[in-house]
Amino acid sequence: MSISLCVIVNGNEHHLDVAPHHTLLDALREELGLTGTKRGCEVGDCGACTVLLNGKAVNSCLVLAAETEGAEVVTIEGVAGREGLHPLQEAFIREGAVQCGFCTPGMILSALALLRENPRPSDAEVRQALSGNLCRCTGYAKIVQAVLDASDASLVPGFGRPEGLRPSR
Amino acid sequence: MKSFVNVNPKSLDEAVAVLDRARAQGKKAALAGGGSDLLGMLKDHLVQPDLVVNLKSISGLEGVHREGERVRIGALTTLDEIARHPLLVERYAALAQAAGLAASPQIRNVGTLGGNVNQRPWCHYFRQGFPCFKNGGKMCYAVAGENQFHALFGGGPAFIVHPSDTAPALVALEAEFKVMGPSGAKIIPAEKYFILPREDVLRENVLGENEILAEVILPAAPSGLRSTYLKIRDRQAWDHAIVSIGAALEWEGGRCRKARLVLGGVAPIPWRVPNAERLLEGKSLGEALARQVAEAALAGAQPLAKNGYKVPLAKATVRRAVLSLLPAA
Repeated sequence: MSISLCVIVNGNEHHLDVAPHHTLLDALREELGLTGTKRGCEVGDCGACTVLLNGKAVNSCLVLAAETEGAEVVTIEGVAGREGLHPLQEAFIREGAVQCGFCTPGMILSALALLRENPRPSDAEVRQALSGNLCRCTGYAKIVQAVLDASDASLVPGFGRPEGLRPSR
Repeated sequence: MKSFVNVNPKSLDEAVAVLDRARAQGKKAALAGGGSDLLGMLKDHLVQPDLVVNLKSISGLEGVHREGERVRIGALTTLDEIARHPLLVERYAALAQAAGLAASPQIRNVGTLGGNVNQRPWCHYFRQGFPCFKNGGKMCYAVAGENQFHALFGGGPAFIVHPSDTAPALVALEAEFKVMGPSGAKIIPAEKYFILPREDVLRENVLGENEILAEVILPAAPSGLRSTYLKIRDRQAWDHAIVSIGAALEWEGGRCRKARLVLGGVAPIPWRVPNAERLLEGKSLGEALARQVAEAALAGAQPLAKNGYKVPLAKATVRRAVLSLLPAA
């Protein structure tokens, strides 16, 4: 038995048929082909599957797709604008915060959730916000630095507004 | 994961009826609040329900509400909301702190108070599907196995520790739980909600198969009440407590009028330590008394082969917690 639902993913409405036991992660990767969201531990330990669900960072592997009717989802594919990468993505590249890259989409989404709520976080607040995301390459220092760089309000003109997802330059 | 039928009840009564009907038909039903714990259990094949009842489809089970001097918290309120709620942070700090220290940011955004209280144990033997008591088997593998994280108190036949951070805080704050069942609502004091393995090794609480935890009620917070939750863990994020404490002290004129000290991570239920509480009552607090309280709290601990380190750790945690609650001079 499949379940029909309508979900808004990266601003676009999608009508999906999902199995009752499929997770939001399954739906994003298998139904919509949005493979930027990574399948890691599958049990909520690693944070590689982090997406924004109605504005909050969640592990998409621990959310049933069937329970997301009408929800707004943002994945890594929805972070960059037409004009180019989001300032967070630019900062990750500039700081060398990406090595193998597997954790990066989840890190960016967790960081985005933080910056939308708290545009000028402290080092401790960044570490707290990223505490549900594992990285086995970088040692975290460069990731934290990248988020702090991107948090400079002058770099992120859209933060604090609903359209803050998109860089306005 | 084995598939199942999703059920989206619109009311608690409807949800209870679904559970009742499933039981009558010999079907297994599982409740999903945030679903974080349930999905982990499903993926590990520890539960294989025929029905998953989505409690999020019921309106009115979320939110923190003042009712006179009491506070009602819907069981589906997320841990994140509880951790940040100004009234809880100010008056019921132990609960807000416990919610904020549970799991990871992503799980706190989805995970609910009811789910945190009712989550199944995180004993690695249980979660890895060993045929242990908790999985319906006939032994506790921790007794002669890797028992670093197991119980000091109340163990037998299973030696799990209760994994919830909010539960010790709620017992310390004298919360009550509103449980809905076929014959309506009943109110159960938090302290009576949790049960030892020797009472029923397959459950951690009194909740029946056709019952739902609907609400947590916090009593009036008297002036002079100070509370805290301290959690000691291996890593600083996303880990369960090795030891923890929910502590609530009421002060009057520099003396402790009433004390509630509830240890987490050391027993199959939130473990209240009345002998330690009594030492505090009627006294003003200093370093020496805090040490005596800590000794009393751990008196009678029965460590297994590999968890003896928890005893001094728990003593230090108790001492630190009570000293942090000294009344403002």
